[in-house]
Amino acid sequence: MTAPLVEMRDMVKSFGGIKAVDHVTIDLYPGEVVGVLGHNGAGKSVLMKMLSGALQRDSGEIYINGEKATINNPRDARNYQIETIYQYLALADNLDAASNLFLGRELMSPTGFVNDAQMEAETRKILARLNPNFRRFHTPVAGLSGGQRQSVAIARAVYFNARILIMDEPTAALGVQETQMVAELIEQLKSEGIGIFLIDHDIHQVKMLCDRANVMKNGQLVGTVKVDEVSEDDMLGMIIAGKCPANAIPGPGALQTA
Amino acid sequence: MTDTPPAASAPPKPRNFFSALEIDTRLLGMIGAFVVICLVFNFLTEGRFMTPRNLFNLTIQTASVAIMATGMVFVIVTRNIDLSVGSLLATCSAMMAMTQTWFVPDWLGFGLNNPATMPIAVVVGILTGLLIGAFQGWLIGYLAIPAFIVTLGGFLVWRNVAWHLTKGQTIGPLDENFQLFGGINGTLGETWSWIFAVVAIIGSLYALIQSRRTRVAHEFPVKPVWAEALIGAIIAATIIGFVAILNAYEIPTARLQRIYEARGEILPEGTIAGYGIPISVLLLILIVIVMTIVARRTRLGRYIFATGGNPEAAALAGINTRLLTVKVFAIMGMLCAISAIVASSRQTFHSNDIGTLDELRVIAAAVIGGTALAGGMGTIYGAVLGALIMQSLQSGMAMVGVDAPYQNMVVGSVLVLAVFIDILYRRRTGDRT
Repeated sequence: MTAPLVEMRDMVKSFGGIKAVDHVTIDLYPGEVVGVLGHNGAGKSVLMKMLSGALQRDSGEIYINGEKATINNPRDARNYQIETIYQYLALADNLDAASNLFLGRELMSPTGFVNDAQMEAETRKILARLNPNFRRFHTPVAGLSGGQRQSVAIARAVYFNARILIMDEPTAALGVQETQMVAELIEQLKSEGIGIFLIDHDIHQVKMLCDRANVMKNGQLVGTVKVDEVSEDDMLGMIIAGKCPANAIPGPGALQTA
Repeated sequence: MTDTPPAASAPPKPRNFFSALEIDTRLLGMIGAFVVICLVFNFLTEGRFMTPRNLFNLTIQTASVAIMATGMVFVIVTRNIDLSVGSLLATCSAMMAMTQTWFVPDWLGFGLNNPATMPIAVVVGILTGLLIGAFQGWLIGYLAIPAFIVTLGGFLVWRNVAWHLTKGQTIGPLDENFQLFGGINGTLGETWSWIFAVVAIIGSLYALIQSRRTRVAHEFPVKPVWAEALIGAIIAATIIGFVAILNAYEIPTARLQRIYEARGEILPEGTIAGYGIPISVLLLILIVIVMTIVARRTRLGRYIFATGGNPEAAALAGINTRLLTVKVFAIMGMLCAISAIVASSRQTFHSNDIGTLDELRVIAAAVIGGTALAGGMGTIYGAVLGALIMQSLQSGMAMVGVDAPYQNMVVGSVLVLAVFIDILYRRRTGDRT
C-alpha cells in the first residue's frame, strides 16, 4: 500500500491542565473520506485545527505523503494544499463572494493592485460548477443563505486545488436540499483523489459518506472502524461509552474490558 | 431552507432611475443633508452662508479634521478606536515647530525661511506621527491592550509630551514656506486651479471608462450607457463648480498690491485675482484619493475590511491581524502629522492647545459618514463628508450668532441622530453588517 496522504502521530495538545488531545494517531489515504466523531469537547476540532495550522501542537508529528511536515500556521497548511471548511463558516460577512474566496490569496494585477474583475470572473466560473443557482456576486455574504455561504467556503477549497480537505460539520447549518448538494460534492472531490477528514455528529451521514471513522472521547482515540463493517449502534457505543466492537482497531481511549 | 431562486434572470430588466445609476443611497443622503444645511443657513444669514468667501473658509476649516477622519475609518473598521489623535497632532506640531524655528535655523545654521526648512520639518513631523502611531498599534496588536485604553493613555501622554518639549511655550511664527499649507496663505491661484480641474475631470472620466471596459471584457453586467454618461457629467460639473467657487473668492486689493510690490511690480489698475484651491484642500483631496485606493484596490485595504468583518476568518485565512493593527495605527499617526502641518500653519504658530477635542470631531466625522463602530464598514468619502457636515453646522451657527455652548449641544445631538438614522437605514435595507 502507498504511503498515507496524511498521518498524524501521537498528537498532544493541552489547554491549561486539560488534555484536549491526548496522544492521538490517525491517518488518511487519497480518495478517502475519514470521519472524526465524538461528543462536544472530545477533542476532534482541536485535532483538526493542528492539521489546519490554526492551533500549534504541544507534541506529535505530522507526515504528508510520508514526509515530515512543519505546520505552524494556516499559511503553512495551505502550502501543503490543506484546506479547511469550518463549522462556523470562516467568511468575512461584510465582503462579497469573490473577496472571501480569495481572502489571503488575492489575484493581483501587474500594477500591484487587487484584480477584482479577475477574481469575480474566477468566482463565477467555479460557482457555476458547484452551485449554478448562485447569482449574488455583489452583495456581502451576510445576505446569503446558509447553502450559498457554504458553497463559497467549498469553492475556496476547490479553487485552490486542495489535496487534503478538513470539513467541520459542513452541513450543520444547512437544509435537506443543501445537505444533498454538499454530499454530492464530497463524492465528486473523493473521485478526484482528494482526502477528506469529516467532523460530524450525524451518525447516519457518517455511514453514508465516510469510508472509515475515528471516534474520540475525552481527548483520546477510542478506536478506528471501517463504517461498512459496523452498525450505527456500534459507533454510538464507541462515542458514548468508549466501547469498541470486535472488528474495530482500538485506541488508547478504548474501554478496557476484562 | 432552499437556495434562493435566481433573482435576476440573465439580462437585468430596466430598473428605476436610482438603481440604474447604482449610487450609494447613503452618499445621496449625506449630500442631501449638506445641501439642506447650506440652504437653511443661507436663508438665516440672508445669503452670507453661500458666498465664495464662506465656502472657501469652510473648506480650509474642514481640512485638518477630514484628513484625520480618513485614517479613523480604518481604525474603526478594524474594531478599534483612537482617542489620542488630537494629542498626537499636538506632539507632531510641537516637533515640527521646534524643527523649523530652532533646529534648522540655529543648530544647523540655515537661518530663517531657508528652502530646506519646510521639507525637513515635514519629514520630522511625519516620522514622529508614524512612530508614535506604530508604537500604539504594537501595544494594541501584540500586547493585546484594548485600543480604548492605549489611546486614552495616549490622549493624556502626547498632549503633555508636546507641552514638555516646548516647555509650554507658543512657538511662532512658523517658516514662510511651511505656512503655505495653512489655507489662505497658500492657494493655487485661478490658472492652476483650472488646470487641476481639467486634470481631475480627465482622470475621473478615464477611471469610469476603464472600469466599464474591464467589466465588458469579463462579460459582467454593466450600467446603461446613459447612466454612466450622467455620472460622468455629474462628476465633471461638481469639479467645475467647486473650482469656480474657490476661484470666485477674490484676493483683497491691498493684499494684491503687497504681492505685486514684493515682486517689484506695480499693480495694474482694475486687476482682479481669485484665491483658487487652497493647498491644504489639495492635500486633503490627494489623501482621499490615496486612502480610497488603499481601501479598495490593495491587499492591505482588503485585509482591513476582512479583519473588521470577521477577525477569526481573517486569521484563519493567514492574515497577520496583529501586524495589520500596527499598520492601521501607523497610518493614523502619519495622518495626524499631516493634519498637524495644516492646523499649525493655518494659525501660523504652534500652541499647547492645538488639536484639542479633535479626537471627538474626527470620530464623529467618521461615524456620521457611515463608519460602523461594530467594524467592517465605512468609506473614506463618507468620513470627509461627515467632517464637512459638522464643520458647516458649526460655522453656520457661528454666523447666525448661536453661542458656543449651544453650538456644541446641536453638534452632539446631530451625531446621535445621524447614527440613529443610519441604524434605521440599515434595518430597512436588511444590511446586517
